[in-house]
Amino acid sequence: MLNISISAETLFYLGPLPVTNSLLTTWLVMLGLAIFAYFASRKLKMIPSGFQTAIEIVVGGLYDLFARMSGKFIKNVFPLLATLFIFIIVVNWSGLLPGVGTIGFYGTPDKTEFTPLFRAPTADVNMTLALALIAFFFIQYYGFRTAGLTYGKKFINLTNPIYFIVGILEIVSDISKIISFTFRLFGNIFAGEVLLAVIAYLIPFLVPLPFFALELFVGFIQALVFAMLTAAFISMAASHETHEQATH
Amino acid sequence: MDEASMRLLATALAIGIGTIGPGIGIGFLVGKALESIGRNPEVEGHIQTNMILGLAFTEALAIYALVISLIIKFT
Repeated sequence: MLNISISAETLFYLGPLPVTNSLLTTWLVMLGLAIFAYFASRKLKMIPSGFQTAIEIVVGGLYDLFARMSGKFIKNVFPLLATLFIFIIVVNWSGLLPGVGTIGFYGTPDKTEFTPLFRAPTADVNMTLALALIAFFFIQYYGFRTAGLTYGKKFINLTNPIYFIVGILEIVSDISKIISFTFRLFGNIFAGEVLLAVIAYLIPFLVPLPFFALELFVGFIQALVFAMLTAAFISMAASHETHEQATH
Repeated sequence: MDEASMRLLATALAIGIGTIGPGIGIGFLVGKALESIGRNPEVEGHIQTNMILGLAFTEALAIYALVISLIIKFT
């Protein structure tokens, strides 16, 4: 029987905090990325070897892509955007590994409730909400950092009743960015998991292959979209002051 | 009608009706992007980047409908 649950299942408790299977997978992915980064950054040569060239292609490509969108803030903002992209893409793809979602244990003795040990981290609303809050925090931080306290004038503008309503709409629009980041990433990855489970349940041989390809593509696009939207919103928030000076 | 059959109906309707709007929107978006690439092939990279951004916003609306239908079905 298909076991699909929207919320990630708790495996054990660390004190008062539940550790879910998606949290466990996140820790493993973090460990893997940290070890990979450590070994990739030792013994860097000016004329790179094959492995170093591959990593330089990734980092250089990301830098060019985000530099076009962020303009002069690229040096401050590139670590955040590249981390978001690399973390989200690895975490999305980790849901496709064999064993993720299938290796687990039965909670009750009559084998009706199956709890997987691993689960794609972004298929958990808590994870995508955390990432959305991080992105939101940095958007507001860069807005305040470049424009100073006048950035708050975008939201609370008491000069004019019309500008006051516009400010309220700006607040609503920024808060809805959190919701849209969360559910875009969660919806895509969780729906992908449900799709793969249903297809594998119907026809287990050969037919799931194109759906795995689709999920690879979707995981890549969602990571790219998350990072690119954060870059676009940061550059919009940071250039707000120049826009204001141009119109007034 | 009992609750279980209403749930099935609601699941199907939520995702079915919910993708009409984004489908039309994505069609417009990509059509206009292709047209402008045809008129000005040398800025294809910029157009493609902005198209992907616009695609993210419109597709997110369909994903919201999908999330609601998944919530209806599985809780």
